[in-house]
Amino acid sequence: MNNGSKKIEVQKLNAWFGATHALRDVSLSVEQNSVLAVIGPSGCGKTTFVRCINRMHELSPSARQSGRILVDGQDLHARGVDPVDLRRRVGMVFQRANPFPTMSIYDNVAAGLILNGIGGKHRDLVEKSLRQAALWDEVKDRLPQSPLSLSGGQQQRLCIARALTIGPEVLLMDEPASALDPIATAKIEELIRELQESLTIVIVTHNMQQAARVSDWTAFFYLGELVEHGKTEQIFSNPREPRTEDYVTGKFG
Amino acid sequence: MKTLARRKFWNGFMTGLCALGLVAAVAPLASLLWLVISRGISSLNWDFFTQLPTPVSEPGGGVANAIGGTLYIVGIACVLGVPIGVGAGVFLAERGDGKAGEAIRFMAEVLSGVPSIVVGIVAYGLVVLPMRRFSALAGGVGLAVLMIPPLARSTEELVRLVPRTLREASLALGVPEWRTSLRVVIRTALPGILTAILLGVARAAGETAPLLFTSLNNQFWNWRADRPTASLTVQIFNYAVSPFEEWHRQAWGAALVLLLLVGTLSAAARFLARSRVGARR
Repeated sequence: MNNGSKKIEVQKLNAWFGATHALRDVSLSVEQNSVLAVIGPSGCGKTTFVRCINRMHELSPSARQSGRILVDGQDLHARGVDPVDLRRRVGMVFQRANPFPTMSIYDNVAAGLILNGIGGKHRDLVEKSLRQAALWDEVKDRLPQSPLSLSGGQQQRLCIARALTIGPEVLLMDEPASALDPIATAKIEELIRELQESLTIVIVTHNMQQAARVSDWTAFFYLGELVEHGKTEQIFSNPREPRTEDYVTGKFG
Repeated sequence: MKTLARRKFWNGFMTGLCALGLVAAVAPLASLLWLVISRGISSLNWDFFTQLPTPVSEPGGGVANAIGGTLYIVGIACVLGVPIGVGAGVFLAERGDGKAGEAIRFMAEVLSGVPSIVVGIVAYGLVVLPMRRFSALAGGVGLAVLMIPPLARSTEELVRLVPRTLREASLALGVPEWRTSLRVVIRTALPGILTAILLGVARAAGETAPLLFTSLNNQFWNWRADRPTASLTVQIFNYAVSPFEEWHRQAWGAALVLLLLVGTLSAAARFLARSRVGARR
């Protein structure tokens, strides 16, 4: 499945919040249709890293960054690149499910279109996204209801469906299963494996087993630095760096 | 045991003081309600709500034009004040951390401390003098100036309460910031903003000072924005200071109508606020 071409290339990425240096000289690349797991202890810059890829980082007050990120060989900060267009190509799922409480389940899935003023019938697209997110059977009879009537795991899959509706090429997932029970987590992991056929995925996780299960590649961050980046089997079975070994074997973090 | 007895005594004494304070606070309100209801209720009848005022010598007549006028002037105030107040509030919440935001917040604070009679004079200078006539528009401007500061501040609070994560969810879907503000952030805060608007309307409807020399008064129906217009508050004032017993009765009746109007608006606002909290749970 991996055709080897580079979907995302990060070159010497640095990011700051005010005086805090959150990412230091991070360089790595992500292959098309692969899953990259980003692991590391809290505050190591994982979330900042993914938020740089869809230019959400720059929305935080006092945020700065340097270095280059290329998606399909195009620099994200090149002149004429509109962050709004970029975010339609690089979707994101957040740590906490955040459906729009004022919209129905149906409207939430179609939100990327509705909020952009694209009218018309989205029924087929909504069904397709919900099926992809493995949520269709559970909500097909309650589409007009509030998303707040769904369980936490269902809400998170709803958010995944919402991200899929706009047809992204890359999906960023920031600890998507951290607030979910094991069954809901398993569903989301299964989903990641299915989505991989059509998307490139970067997933931040605190859960080492999850990283091992769902990813092809793993990047270990520590204190804002990329300590090690490699094939997932290698990172977990034969890490080069002692810090990586300590972390994946649970000695700290 | 002596200390226990003493403590019990002081506990009882202080509780009594608190109860006394409660009575002192509620008594004026209760007596006001009683006075207005007992004196006003006899004036209320169908004609009172549907007829124009009659000359002194003729009995009967009503304050229909004043009720309509109050709603009309408050409506003008809403059209002018709500967009500015809500807009300023949204700006303060989303971009208000810089110098401009500080300045606007400070102005709003100062403006909300300005006595309403002064606001009336300002509206007089701004609208009545250039137009060379008293008008509903001038009254509306006066009330709008009074409505804007509290509306801006409460809108700011309400918009700030909308979780950041919702904003981000929308932005991450490739929705531009202005659409996100409008269709996600403001939409989510909307029930609260409506409550704030209703409370502002209730407050504006009860104001006399800004209307005294702006919309003045009118014994007839008027729906033209550039003509003097009756309002309940000014009508009450005029009736109350007149020497005629019949008009005094009318003033009490109009006061009761005003009280009902403002009370209904406030109650509606509270109900809306409560049902919103209920929906969140």
